[in-house]
Amino acid sequence: MSAIDPTAVEARPEGAQLKNEELRETARGEPPFAPEPILESRLQRSLREAALTAAVVAGLTLFFFAFRTDIGIGGLDLILQWPLWFVWIAIAFAARFVLSYFVYVPGRKLSDIVKRDKTATSPGAATGARWLGRAVGVVMLLIAATFPFLIETLLPSQDRYLIDLAILILTYVMLGWGLNIVVGLAGLLDLGYVAFYAVGAYSFALLATNFDLGFWVCLPMAGLFAAGWGIVLGFPVLRLRGDYLAIVTLAFGEIIRVILINWGNITGGPNGVLGIPKPTLFGLDFGRGEGSFSDFFGIPYSSIHRFIFLYYIILLLALLTNFVTLRLRKLPIGRAWEALREDEIACRALGLNTTNVKLTAFATGAMFGGFAGSFFATRQGFISPESFTFIESAIILAIVVLGGLGSQLGVVFASVVMIGGIELLRHLTILQAVFGSDFDPTQYRMLIFGLAMVGIMVWKPRGLISSRSPSAIYKEKKVIGADLVAQGEGH
Amino acid sequence: MSALPASTPSAPAPARVPLLTVRGLDTFYGKIQALRGVDIDVNEGEIVTIIGANGAGKSTLMMTICGNPRAAKGQITYRGEDITRLPTHDIMSKDIAQSPEGRRVFPRMTVMENLQMGAVLTDPVHFDDDLKRVFSLFPRLKERAGQRGGTLSGGEQQMLAIGRALMSRPRLLLLDEPSLGLAPLIVKQIFDVIRELNRNEGLTVFLVEQNAFHALRLAHRGYVMVNGVITMTGTGRELLARKEVRSAYLEGGAH
Repeated sequence: MSAIDPTAVEARPEGAQLKNEELRETARGEPPFAPEPILESRLQRSLREAALTAAVVAGLTLFFFAFRTDIGIGGLDLILQWPLWFVWIAIAFAARFVLSYFVYVPGRKLSDIVKRDKTATSPGAATGARWLGRAVGVVMLLIAATFPFLIETLLPSQDRYLIDLAILILTYVMLGWGLNIVVGLAGLLDLGYVAFYAVGAYSFALLATNFDLGFWVCLPMAGLFAAGWGIVLGFPVLRLRGDYLAIVTLAFGEIIRVILINWGNITGGPNGVLGIPKPTLFGLDFGRGEGSFSDFFGIPYSSIHRFIFLYYIILLLALLTNFVTLRLRKLPIGRAWEALREDEIACRALGLNTTNVKLTAFATGAMFGGFAGSFFATRQGFISPESFTFIESAIILAIVVLGGLGSQLGVVFASVVMIGGIELLRHLTILQAVFGSDFDPTQYRMLIFGLAMVGIMVWKPRGLISSRSPSAIYKEKKVIGADLVAQGEGH
Repeated sequence: MSALPASTPSAPAPARVPLLTVRGLDTFYGKIQALRGVDIDVNEGEIVTIIGANGAGKSTLMMTICGNPRAAKGQITYRGEDITRLPTHDIMSKDIAQSPEGRRVFPRMTVMENLQMGAVLTDPVHFDDDLKRVFSLFPRLKERAGQRGGTLSGGEQQMLAIGRALMSRPRLLLLDEPSLGLAPLIVKQIFDVIRELNRNEGLTVFLVEQNAFHALRLAHRGYVMVNGVITMTGTGRELLARKEVRSAYLEGGAH
């Protein structure tokens, strides 16, 4: 019956497959690292480049950092600030040296390391990218941990403003990380995330003003309330998918806001809640006088202490969010979230109760939104429904999407760019020279914001950091070759 | 007649202990009736296949067994328990595993993570053994352990889908068109693995297939479905020899 010789039929795909495999072998065999140049010359070159950079920085900043004039008795006093100047030169030298030595290697393009989409199948490239991601993460963490002190040393004149800005950015980083659980990992489009932020803020504000509870007592409660509302919302609507879910969450965000406005005798209506207490450090407040932080430690009072304290609170809260997310990703529940984003039908075929999986994602994300909300309330000292409009949800969602869905580092970059970028506009006085003195750049922030989003979506449609590092690695020492182990694949 | 007698159907006739029983099953999509009074028996240790043309209702039958869509009438029993009204996740968390139609591997997750997802409801103490078993059945998956599911070839994705299903230590494996869009050589490999699993471990397999020739050669028993109705039944060999089966599903030469 078979007119065709079966062996011939079967041999062909075999050949094609072999070829395919050879191609893949060659594609993945080559790591993106060029052969290492001779170490001696690399060191020399890096030193030379670093010295050059330091010299340029020294020349440029001489008058900005080294000399300072203050109004003194009978004219101006000239203050010399040599240490500050040297610190900046040293930073420039060190930064350039590190970049020259490790990153700008001749023959290797920077884009090779960063580019990931096309090379993501090759383990070498993925390892390189992961290594870079980890390095950037560690450096940013170090900067974040020492930020207030860096500012105090380097830019003492603007410390208050810069630390306040950093607090704002970190709040959005935390919100972005929280929403990343829902949108990035579980793939549930939530347009009403600000509702949980509001629930957290109002929970703390009302508990604190009505029952005299402190920040640290209310913080977990605010998180629980928000998570509770996440479940209340999630239970009926999580059967919906995609667009329908987005519309319902959008409505939920608005409902919460409208309730806050209209439930006047509890929430204060449009007037909001006043006199929300500041957080304390083990009972020490940050005011003047007895029992305060400065009194206890015997240091002179400075209003900046409170800002530094708030900064560390939000840093810790944000890091907690990140830590929990990263841990959960390696646990079955986190993997189930990601699987759900990939294919809901397959999840059901594996016996997962998809409603419960979605609910946990929704509640976890809401909980972190609640934490961030109560921090917001304590930082502002005053909240009103105006702080929780749809545009807040949109900004947080934009941070997550622009950063790259599911990418923790991407959220940080996107927050710095979006929140910091909008702030930066205030200082672009140079634009007033171009467009006339009544030009206010901040009025155009939404326009610029929109353009930036369109630009990123055109050039990086999957966000700034679009790769995803696997949560599990198969290890069997005999199988993975030494070349892979050397690059950190086999650990 | 090149291939038919060459390999004997899987195991010697297994004992008749019913595992999955379907009686008088009707399923509707809206107003359209997809299944009409379907009766199926799958006994412990058997490979049972259901063949039929596109749109005959084969996949609907499998999906109805899994609880989505729901049966309008009739009864589905698994190991003596009525599972007709159970929600999908409860059905699938019994020792039933499914390799769904179109494979549905998680494209952005690695092979390893896909396999972990298969074991998500099983006791983690078995994980290492199960992983070893899947990797020995499909050595290709081991090579690709760190690769993303979406970058695998069709055959590898099918292996992954079956491997993922096996990670939940099933007693009954439901396979929906594992040969779909695959090269003949790969189909043979996959069917060999199914036969091996059945013979060595006594795994019961319920197989929905278009590829009647391979499916009937593999199966102990088969059902032919036309327009939502079971029209013929018999052992794999009997059905292969039937004139109606040959003319409807096998003409045009052996594959």
